[in-house]
Parts: sequence; structure tokens; C-alpha cells
Amino acid sequence: MTADLKTSYMTINMGPQHPSTHGVIRFILKTNGEIIYHCEPDIGYLHRSIEKIAESVTWQGFVPYTDRVDYVCSMNANWAYCLAVEKMMGIEIPERAEYIRVIVGELNRISSHLIAIGTADMDMGAVTPFVHCLREREYINDLLERVCGARLTYNYMTIGGVANDLPADFIQKTVEFLNHFEFAMEQINRLVTYNRIFINRFASLGVITPEQAINYNLVGPNLRGSGVNYDLRKDEPYSIYSKLDFDIPVGTGSEGILGDCYDRYIVRAKEIKESVKLIRQCLNQLPSGEIQAKVKNVIKPPQGHIYVRTETPRGDTGYFLYSNNKTSPYRLKIRTGSFTAMSIIPEISQGLFIADLVALIGSLDVVAPEVDR
Amino acid sequence: MEAFAVSLGVHIYLVKAIIMFIIAALSVTFMAVISGLTTWFERRIAGRMQSRIGPNRVGPQGLLQFVADAVKLFMKEDLIPKGADRLLFKMSPYLCMIGVFAPFVVLPWGMGIIAADLNVGVLYLISITALVVVGTLMAGWGSNNKWSLLGGMRSAAQIVSYEIPVAMGLLPSILFAGSLSMIGLMNAQGWAPWQWSAFQNPFTMIAFLIFFTGSLAEGNRVPFDLPEAESELVSGFNTEYSGFRFAVYFLAEWANLYVIGALTTAVFLGGGNLPEALQPYWYLSIFLFLLKTFFIMFVIIWLRWTLPRFRIDQLMDLSWKYLLPLSFIAFFGQAVYMLIDHQFPVIDMVTGPIMFLIFLLVLLKFFYRVAINFREQNKTVNTRA
Repeated sequence: MTADLKTSYMTINMGPQHPSTHGVIRFILKTNGEIIYHCEPDIGYLHRSIEKIAESVTWQGFVPYTDRVDYVCSMNANWAYCLAVEKMMGIEIPERAEYIRVIVGELNRISSHLIAIGTADMDMGAVTPFVHCLREREYINDLLERVCGARLTYNYMTIGGVANDLPADFIQKTVEFLNHFEFAMEQINRLVTYNRIFINRFASLGVITPEQAINYNLVGPNLRGSGVNYDLRKDEPYSIYSKLDFDIPVGTGSEGILGDCYDRYIVRAKEIKESVKLIRQCLNQLPSGEIQAKVKNVIKPPQGHIYVRTETPRGDTGYFLYSNNKTSPYRLKIRTGSFTAMSIIPEISQGLFIADLVALIGSLDVVAPEVDR
Repeated sequence: MEAFAVSLGVHIYLVKAIIMFIIAALSVTFMAVISGLTTWFERRIAGRMQSRIGPNRVGPQGLLQFVADAVKLFMKEDLIPKGADRLLFKMSPYLCMIGVFAPFVVLPWGMGIIAADLNVGVLYLISITALVVVGTLMAGWGSNNKWSLLGGMRSAAQIVSYEIPVAMGLLPSILFAGSLSMIGLMNAQGWAPWQWSAFQNPFTMIAFLIFFTGSLAEGNRVPFDLPEAESELVSGFNTEYSGFRFAVYFLAEWANLYVIGALTTAVFLGGGNLPEALQPYWYLSIFLFLLKTFFIMFVIIWLRWTLPRFRIDQLMDLSWKYLLPLSFIAFFGQAVYMLIDHQFPVIDMVTGPIMFLIFLLVLLKFFYRVAINFREQNKTVNTRA
């Protein structure tokens, strides 16, 4: 009887309003029951023409827009843009500003990774670790609020330094937080990262081989999860990273196959610890002095173009600037990690369950505004 | 009763019918209130676990939150999606409700306090709860929504597979008690923990764990909440429901929690059995029974807010590859144990206390870990301005 039955693939629309697509992303799934036959990501729901807007605002005026490129780690987005403009104009920024940038950047990296880890946990059905991650993130938000007055879109870094100095008791409060946080993170790990059910869900799933990762231009923790040791902070050091001592965690396939979802996840969990190390070093070495280089109010970078890359929590973020010596960029192009991470989903997701696709998206840490810009 | 009926001058069946009606009304009312309170219970516990407070505005400590929620749900528009199978769509919540409320007929409340002590009580309970599958499957199919369909299918596959370990997990206790009636199962156990079915011997312990795991899966609770899997299927089979129909699902889900707790208590944890000296105070047994039931419910809620979710194939693996063979072993072992017990009754005196001791050691280890956690965590932080 079964031979006569005509079956066809079921087309399911996942998103744009789906709790696990991490923002307004849509996947068109062709499934055989629960097993995915084909998955087509449909992006663009969050497109805000940020690159086009850049052509009509001043160079400094674009900094707040970079916040919105990736609002989960806007401090790092600020940094990437400011660094690009500074390189273009040859501005040397004061050392204290560099240290402050690393401190707030790494704090922001921690909070971004907390979101990544927390949402991955929540996608796996563990709601409590997510709330615990957000609780810890609140402390970081408090700290950054004391620095710049904002909790999400900081607009803190300026071309030539940072907007204002650290408040008086910032160092003490941050050390206090880090002491608390190191244990809290261990608790979250015990609650979910080392949980057998969780490991079984993530291990050997969505394997991206190192070759695939490089071919698809994956960056950041997604690339390192596949075992490729590449981090711009080490390999093309910018700012003061060359002076600081830290390790680059890479995936080892500890629970399954190299490059599986668990590797990408554990790389983030380990990177948090490295960030804590970095912040502690910077707080100890923090020099006094100026926080802002002398920059004119109206800047006109010289004719030419530049492409500057920095390591944000979602990996290599590149800013391509083309200046024709005017008050606003002639062309600005942003290259983000989530966009390329999206492109590998169709290939990897074939043959997975729908529940696994959710895990895959969670482990790739895709953030919708960064995909669409 | 007959004399009473004659003295009033009415037929005996009328009196019986009225009494039945009163008992039914009491049970269902109690049921609804219990499941309402359980929602509060769960939300408060979840709140505490997640560093927040939970509902505390409506009534003392937020105790009346469920009334407010119910009123809100009743006032909502009752939507039936376009293209839905209206009959199935409308019928499904009631099937779920029946599947969860009907077990109350045979659930005891304390020593000898029960609505109807059916001689096939456990069998009745296992079969009537299977109605829930039909309900969820109908909801999944009737909603005209692919996500709901997936939820309904998952639910059917899951509950059908876990019925077997659950039933097999009950068998050792039934074998020991020699009875299928709830009161018979309860009376076969003593008041002391080492006389409980769960700690009687290693095989009943295994059976208890299998039964508990299986009931979690049958009740769609984390780590087996795949039919509802919020992050995957949005809300599973009840995605399209609103208003009163959704409230019914809500009610059924938390009533089911109570059913699981009560069944576990009655069959494995000595029910409401009191020591000889306390037996004249029968109301204490109700109290004890509810206490044990709520403890089991607390454990289920605790698991829900701690563990991640299984994947569908892992869930099936667990049932068919591990729980089912284990439950056969437990069943066979229990039979052998009873044979030996028949020859040397002293073994009964030994295994119970040993099993209970092992349990106490595990508990001790747990509290030791908790104490370490508390000590290490004692670093307060205030980053606010």
C-alpha cells in the first residue's frame, strides 16, 4: 500500500516571528516530516540602509549608526569604525584611551557572549541559564551605563579616543564584578554547559570542517570552533592587544566531531574567561593622561580608501571607507560575521531535525541586524 | 443509607445519584483550584530559580494570580483559524480535560479516602490518561497549522512510547501488593520510608525511577516537553487556541501535574499511610498525602526549570532502548525477589532500610554540594550608580 502513496515535501515557514531565529530572519524549510530537506534563509527584514545613510551624515555623525549595526555588541562596532577613520587620517590616540577601549570592548564582548550562550541554552529548552546570563549581563550594562550613560547603544567611542573618562570608582566596581562573575559563569557552565542532555543535543551536530569554515568565510568563534586558530587580536593586533597576555580558545571536538555546535558554544564560554583576564590586566596597567586626541570638529579624511578589520564578538568586522575629501564618506561598506554565518546554514542543515536547526542557529550566534544592516 | 432513603420516602438510586453528583462536583472544583494553585506554585518557584520574584500582586503573595489569568482568558475572543477542522478543533480541549480529570475518580486523598475504589484502579488510570493523546493529535490536525501538526505528531509518538515504560514501572508494585486498586496498593506499604514501595528493594527503586521519568514524558514536562517546545514549535499543538479553550489546556496541563504527583505518592511513596498511633486522626493522612504530592510536583517543576530539552530521536531512544528493557528487568527481578521473600521473609526487613540508607546518602551528597555552592556564591556585587 505504501508504494501507491504519493508523498511530497512539506514547506514550512520558520520566521520572521519565530522565537529561535534570533531576530527577524526567515527560513523557508522543505521538510520530510521533521527532517529538513532544504533550508533557505530569507534575509532583509531588518534592512535599514545603514551603509547608504553613511553617505549623507558626517564622519563623526555615523558613530551612533554603528551602534545599530550590531546592538548586542555596539561598543565593538563603534571601535571598528573609529579605528578605520583614525587609520585613514593617521590619528594617534592617547594610551589611556586605548586601555579604556579595550576594557569596555572586552566587557561588551562578555555581555555579547552571554547573550549568545544564553539564547543557545534557551533554544535547547533551558530557560533558567538564559535568565542567569542576562542577570550577569545586567551588571555589565550597569558598569557601561556608568561610563557612558547608555545601556545598549553606547555611542561611547569617538574618532580620536573615547567620549568621557571612567568614573572614580569604576575600577573598584569592575573588579568586584569580575570576582563575582568568574564564579557565576562557572555556575552557569555547571548548570548547562556540562549537562549531559545539553551536550547530547549539541555534540556532533552541524559539523563545519575547517575547510568549509574557511571557504564560507566564517569568522570569529564560528571559525575557531572549527579548529582554525585565527583571531585578529593576535594575528593582526590592533590597539594594545599585542601588549596583553591572553589565549585564543579553539574547538577541539572534545565531545564529538571537530567543528560541531558544541565546539562553537564552548569556544564562546572559554573566550569569556579570556576577556576577564584581559580586563584585569588593563585595569592593573591603566595609565593616566588624556582620553581624546586633538581632532577637528569637522573632519575630511584624505582622498583614498581603507579597509580595517577588528575582532568583534561575532568575529572579524570590517569597515571599508572611501573618502573623496568631503565631510561625509563617499562609500562605506560593512562586512559582518553573521552574514557569512547565515550563508552556511543551507549546506549544513540538510538532513537535520527542525530542533537541530534551532541549535545550529543558536550555535552560530546569528544576530539579525548584523545580517541585514 | 437505605434506611435514610426510606425515611425520606425517595428511591435509593436518587440518593446515590445525588451523593455521586456531590462528590464529582467536589472533585472537579478541587481539581480546578489545585491546578490554578499549581500555576502559582510553579511560577513562584521558577521566579526564585531565575533571580526574580514571580507573581506577587494579586491577592496575598500573588496567590490569586490564576483567577486573574483565567478571567483574562475568558474575556478573550475565541478564534478558530480559517480552514481549521472545526469539530476536531473544538472537541480537542475537552478530550484533554477529560483525560486529565477522569483519573481523579480513583486518586486517593488519604488513608481509605477515595471517590471510588475501583478494583482495576491503576488500569483505569493508565487507559483514561491516554485520551490526552487523542486530544493533542486532534488539536494538531484540526488547527490547520503545520507547527501545530508537528507538535501533535510529536505528542502522539511520545505519549504512546512512554505509556509502556510507565505501565511497566507500575507492575512491580502491583505484583507486590497483589492488587490493582489504589487503596490496595497503598495498604501494601507501611508508613515508614523503608516500607514504601520505592525503597522496598533495588527493583522497585528502578521501577520508581522509570515510572517517574515516563510520567514526565507523558505529562509533557521538561526535559520531555517536545510537543510544546516553545523555542522550536512556538507552542506546539495549542498554538492556535485562545480564550476559554486555551484556559482548558492550561487547566489540564497543571491538573496533570497533580495527577502525576498523586499517583507517584499513592503507588510508590506510601500514600497517606500513618503510624498506628496516629491513625485515629484521619485528617492527618490527607495532609500527609498532599504534602508528598506537592513535593513530587515541586521536583517536577524544579526539573523543568533546570534541564534542557531532548531531541525527538533521543527521546525515543531513551524510551525504547533504555527504559523499556530496564522495566522488564525490574519486573522480572521483582518476581524473583518475591519468590525469595516467600522463602526467607527476613530479606524484606533488610533491603528496605538499605535502600533508604542509600537514598539518604545521595541526599546528603546533594546537600553537601548545595552548601559548597552557597559558600562560594557569597560574593555580593553592586554595580549600580
